[in-house]
Amino acid sequence: MTTSIAPDARPRLSRGVRLHEDRVRGRTVLLAPEHVVAPNPSAIEILRRCTGALTFSAIVDDLAQTHGVPRERLALDAEKLIKDLINRRMVDL
Amino acid sequence: MTDLLPLGLLAELTHRCPLACPYCSNPVELDRRSDELDTATWLRIFDEAAELGVLQLHLSGGEPTARADIVELTRGAAQAGLYTNLITSGVGLSKQRLEALAEAGLDHVQLSWQDTDPASADKIAGLDGAHRWKHETARAVVELGLPLTINVVIHRLNIARVADMIVAAYRAGARRIEVAHTQYYGWGLANRAALLPTEDQVEAAHAAVANIRKELEPGILIDYVAPDHFSRYPKPCMNGWGRQSLNVTPRGRVLPCHAAESIRGLIFWTVHEHSLREIWNDSPAFIAFRGTEWMKEPCRSCPRKEIDFGGCRCQAFAWTGDAASADPACELSPYHAALREAVAAPRTDEIIYRRFSSPKPAPQE
Repeated sequence: MTTSIAPDARPRLSRGVRLHEDRVRGRTVLLAPEHVVAPNPSAIEILRRCTGALTFSAIVDDLAQTHGVPRERLALDAEKLIKDLINRRMVDL
Repeated sequence: MTDLLPLGLLAELTHRCPLACPYCSNPVELDRRSDELDTATWLRIFDEAAELGVLQLHLSGGEPTARADIVELTRGAAQAGLYTNLITSGVGLSKQRLEALAEAGLDHVQLSWQDTDPASADKIAGLDGAHRWKHETARAVVELGLPLTINVVIHRLNIARVADMIVAAYRAGARRIEVAHTQYYGWGLANRAALLPTEDQVEAAHAAVANIRKELEPGILIDYVAPDHFSRYPKPCMNGWGRQSLNVTPRGRVLPCHAAESIRGLIFWTVHEHSLREIWNDSPAFIAFRGTEWMKEPCRSCPRKEIDFGGCRCQAFAWTGDAASADPACELSPYHAALREAVAAPRTDEIIYRRFSSPKPAPQE
């Protein structure tokens, strides 16, 4: 895997950041200090696995298997999302 | 009726506060303890808010932890599924109480700081020892692992140290800092000549924030709100009136923004008579300036009307006597020259503190 997130890093949503089922609007949102983010469905699938239990490598494996998507492309998407959220202090490694 | 759904609710649980900051966003007419809503009513409001679509609840005041039931209220809000944010002075808040709040489901703490210089900080807060307390509370929040945002209100007495405050917040372990210039209505307006910085000070502060941002982000996230008295265009106040937010006062009046009671003639509904949904959809105060139909010129034909929504209704009313006119912070407002004159006017060192016992500040000229 050619990404800058270490394969054995364990990404997790930071304390005070969580996914929430917004039943009123019928969508899943990410709630964080002073922010409400509405990620797209594939981003939500990645974020659901950012619990600190799985390594980055295992998250990509799991998603590739579940959705039958090429591993290489999934790794790039997951890395982009996670790095963006690290910069916004919503995900820790 | 409206298709809009609110995202946030600001719950002013009480107007009691150990501090007396002269820029307080509370109204000049403060609600007394005997007027405050009881626990059950607040819990009902939180349930109604979640059903209406509110996602984030801001537990504020006054000092929200002055409420004996703050832990119970936080637990109820968390059980309703709301993201809970405590906006506190940090004074009188023990680590034990913070632990109980965290256990009850508190998601985030916003703590106000007045300055990096302890004597100046205590003077602005109107309370000796406040600065030390606040730093102890910051430490306790970080030790508990709760995300911490430091809130700083900028004015003439602390603007020279804006970068120092960001560095101090970073060193204290804050994840975010909100640096906002004073809003000049209510108490802030009464203290404008004491608090309004000069144009040179504002420019220096912009540069200082830009520099420190390069150095520290994303080690700390910096949310900087520029002052509207020095801009060409007004702020997009509340991201539009009645569009995203509700505010409930200690006695249960529901407002489109925390300063809305300063607009004479608006009719506010209360949680005693109506559900939150009825108030959001149909109350006269929420309907008054929702959308763009209410606008007059120069707003009505302005290409920016969906960007800044005509600015702040409270500021428009304070300056022009008509809340439907353009915000005088906009250079297209006929009152903009008068606002610029206020920026150029002499300053004073006299502070009117925000206290129940303070003489009520005289209304604007």
